Amino acid sequence: MNATSKSRSPVLEIRDLQVSLPTGGDRLFAIDGVSLDLHEDEILCIVGESGSGKSMMARAIMGLLPGPMVFASNGEVRFEGNNLLAASPAHMRDIRGSRIAMIFQEPMTALNPLMTIGQQIDEVLRIHTKLDRAARRQRVLAILADVHLPDPETILSAFPHQLSGGQRQRAMIAMALILEPRVIIADEPTTALDVTTQAQILQLIKEIQRKHKTGVIFITHDFSVVAEIADRVAVMQGGGLVELGKAADILNRPQQPYTKALIAAVPSLRPRAPSVSGRREEVLQAVGLSKTFSSGGGLFGGRKREVKAVQDVNLTLRRGETIGIVGESGSGKSTLARLIIRLIQADKGEVLLHGTDFLKLNSRQVRSERKRIQMVFQDPFASLNPRYKVGHIIAEGMLLRGTPKIEACRRVNELLDLVGLDRKSADRFPHEFSGGQRQRIGVARALALDPEILIADEAVSALDVSVQAQVLRLLADIRDRLNLSMLFITHDLCVAAQVCDHIMVMRRGEVVESGATAEVFAAPKHDYTKALFKSIPGRSWIAAKDSVL
Amino acid sequence: MAAFLARFLRNRSAALGLVLLAGVLLLALFAPVLFPADPFSLAGKPMSPPSPDFLFGTDTLGRDVAAAIAHGAVTSLMIGFVASLAAVLFGTVLGALAGYFGGKVDDLLMRITEIFQTIPSFVFAILLVAILSPSIQSVVIAIAVVSWPPVARLVRGEFLSMKSREFVQAARTLGMSDGRIIFQQILPNCLSPIIVAGSLMVATAILIESGLAFLGLGDPNVMSWGFMIGAGRSVLRSAWWVCTFPGIAILLTVLAINLVGEGLNDALNPRLRERAA
Repeated sequence: MNATSKSRSPVLEIRDLQVSLPTGGDRLFAIDGVSLDLHEDEILCIVGESGSGKSMMARAIMGLLPGPMVFASNGEVRFEGNNLLAASPAHMRDIRGSRIAMIFQEPMTALNPLMTIGQQIDEVLRIHTKLDRAARRQRVLAILADVHLPDPETILSAFPHQLSGGQRQRAMIAMALILEPRVIIADEPTTALDVTTQAQILQLIKEIQRKHKTGVIFITHDFSVVAEIADRVAVMQGGGLVELGKAADILNRPQQPYTKALIAAVPSLRPRAPSVSGRREEVLQAVGLSKTFSSGGGLFGGRKREVKAVQDVNLTLRRGETIGIVGESGSGKSTLARLIIRLIQADKGEVLLHGTDFLKLNSRQVRSERKRIQMVFQDPFASLNPRYKVGHIIAEGMLLRGTPKIEACRRVNELLDLVGLDRKSADRFPHEFSGGQRQRIGVARALALDPEILIADEAVSALDVSVQAQVLRLLADIRDRLNLSMLFITHDLCVAAQVCDHIMVMRRGEVVESGATAEVFAAPKHDYTKALFKSIPGRSWIAAKDSVL
Repeated sequence: MAAFLARFLRNRSAALGLVLLAGVLLLALFAPVLFPADPFSLAGKPMSPPSPDFLFGTDTLGRDVAAAIAHGAVTSLMIGFVASLAAVLFGTVLGALAGYFGGKVDDLLMRITEIFQTIPSFVFAILLVAILSPSIQSVVIAIAVVSWPPVARLVRGEFLSMKSREFVQAARTLGMSDGRIIFQQILPNCLSPIIVAGSLMVATAILIESGLAFLGLGDPNVMSWGFMIGAGRSVLRSAWWVCTFPGIAILLTVLAINLVGEGLNDALNPRLRERAA
C-alpha cells in the first residue's frame, strides 16, 4: 500500500468520461460519467462483470474505440498536460507504446505469428527511438531478462507459437515495458492463463511496476486477482463507477451493495461438509482408462507425434457423491470425461455402470444406456443448437425415446421450474438468453432423461463470478434433491471446494493426488497440488473472508 | 421470414434480379398460351426480319424466333433447376457423410470427389451426353454429374467445423443416432451456404445446357436457346436476329440468377449483416 500516492499529482486523469454506443442497443452509453485518477507507482484495478464497460475504459484511454458508432462523447482523459480525447491521430500514435502501453488478454492473437519475438520488440524501439542495431539488441535482451524469460538469446529468435502461454504473456509485457512507459494498461492479462502461470505473471507485473514506478491500470473480473495485486480499486457496473477506494477498504469494508454482492460471490476456500455418510452403492467405476492421441503419419508416412492424454485412471463414484477432477489445461481432465461418456473411444480400460462395461456395448445399446450419464458443457453459447427453440432442445432426448408429446411438454415445464427459468422460455430461441440462463437450459436438458450421473465439464468457467455462484448453487441443490452422482471437472480449486466430496488432481494425463476434499485442502500431499494451492490468487484475503463468515 | 425478405429486397440489384427472373419464369409458364403452335413448325418466310407479325423475326427455315425463345425458356429453366437440385442433393449427402464420419470414409469420398474435379467439366459433360445419346434426361444427368463436387467440398467443410460444436456432442450424449444428428442437428445450421451455392449453380447449369445444345448435343425434340444460336450462327451477318435474341435471353437469365444468388448470400451471411447494421 502506498500512503504517499495521495500527495503526488496523478499521471492520468479521467474526468466525466462518457462513451456513446450505437442507438438501438440495450443502453445508450458504454461508459457514463466516470472520473478516475491514476498515480505514479500504483496499481489501480478496475473490476466489473462482463458488460460493465471496463474494457471500453482501456480502449477510450488508448484512443482505440471502435468508431464511428462508438466514440467518446464527453469528458477528458488528461495525460502529461494533454487531453488524449482531443489529440491528433499522429500524436496518439506517438503516445501509444512509448508513453502508455497495453497488455492484452490473449497474447497469441496480440503477437504477430510471422515475426520472431525479437523482431517484434525491436520494432517498437525502431519506431520510437534512434538507437542503432547493437544498442537495440542490448535493450531487448535486457528487458527479456527483466521479465524472467529463460535464455533470452533463444527467445529472441523464437516465434510466438514456440512459446508457452505464460512465456508469450511475458514477451508481451517485455514489449510493453521496453520504452519505460509511465502508464501500462493491462486488460485481463491473466484470464486466459492457467492458475500457476497466472500467479507467476501477477507476481511479475507487481515486481516490474515497483521497479519502474509505473502507473498500472489492471482490468479484471476477478476479485481474488484484485486482492492479490491492487493498491486501489474501482468497481464498475453498467458503465458507471460504483465504488472507488483503497484496496484494503474495498475488499474488507465494501460500502455499496453491488460490491458486497460481488465479493460474497467469490468462492470460499473452505471445503463443504461431505454430504455422503457411510458407504453407498457404487454407480460408476472407471478402471485403467487410457487414451493416447496421435497426429501426423497418414497416407505418406511422416513422423507421428503422440500425446498421452489420459493414463491409467481409476475412479469410483457412489450414489449422491460428487468427485471433482481438478487440473490445468492439457491435464486430460476433459478427455477423461469424454472417455467415460464415450464421446471419445478409450484405448484401454473399462467404465462399469452397475457392473456392465459401458465401453463394450454395441451402438444400439449405447444409445439406450446413454440416458444414465448426462453432461453439462462448458460453453453456454456453443452447446445449444441455435436453430431450435428451448422447449424442443430440452424435450429432444425424451422424444427420441418415444415419450408422447404432451408428456414431454409437461416435463419441460417441470424442468424449467427446477432450474429456475420462466415456463415461457420454452418458446424462445437460445440466443435470447444470457450465458447463465443458457447454462440453466443445458442443465435442464441433461436432467430431462433422469440420469443417475451428471458430468459437468467446466460448467461454470465461462460465467461471471456472481452468475457462477448461482449456477453452482443450482447444481448442488439439484444433486441433493435428485440424489444424483456428479463428476465435476474444473480448473479452479475454490469452485471444486464448493461442490465436491472428493477431489482428484490431474496433471499430464495422470492422477497425482486424490482424496476427500477436506483432507486434500487441509494437507495436500503432492508437490503439484501444493503448487496449485499456492497459486490461488488472493488466498490470504479469501481465508480471512472465510473466517469472518 | 419477413425480416429476411426485407433484408433481401433492401439490396437493389438483388431485387432487380428477382424481377428479371420472375419475367423469365412467367414467359416459360405462358409459352403454350402465347405461342400455341409447335416452335419447330414453319410459320412464315425464312429469314424475315423483326416485324409486327414476327416480333423477333424468323430463322433460316421460317420458324418464329419469339416462339422458340418462349419455349426455350421452359427447357433452360427446367434443366437448370433439376440438374442443380440433383447436384446439390448428391453433393450435400456425400459432403455431410465425409465431414461427419471423417477418417477412412472422408478419405475415400474426397478422393472420389477429386477424381471428378480433375476432369474439365464441360468436356466431361460433352462426353457423358455423347455416350448416353442426346436427350433431356442425359443432359440433366451430365450437368448434375459435373456440378456436384464443389457442393460436396463446401458441405464437408461446414460439417467439419460443426461436428466439434458442443451442441452436437450434447445430441450424442442424449443417445441420438448419427443420421438424426446429421440431418436434424447439423444440416439446418449449414443451409445458408448450400442455398447460395445452389442458386448460383442454376446459372452455370443453364450455360452448360446452352453450350451443349449449341454443339448439337441437346435433345433434338426440344427447343433450346443454345440450339437456336447454333443453328443461326452461319447467317449471323445476313440475319442478326436469329442469334442475337436467344443470346440476350441467356444473358438476362444468367444475370438474374447471379444477382439473386448474390442477394441471398448477403441476406443469409450473418457477418455481412452485422457489417451493414
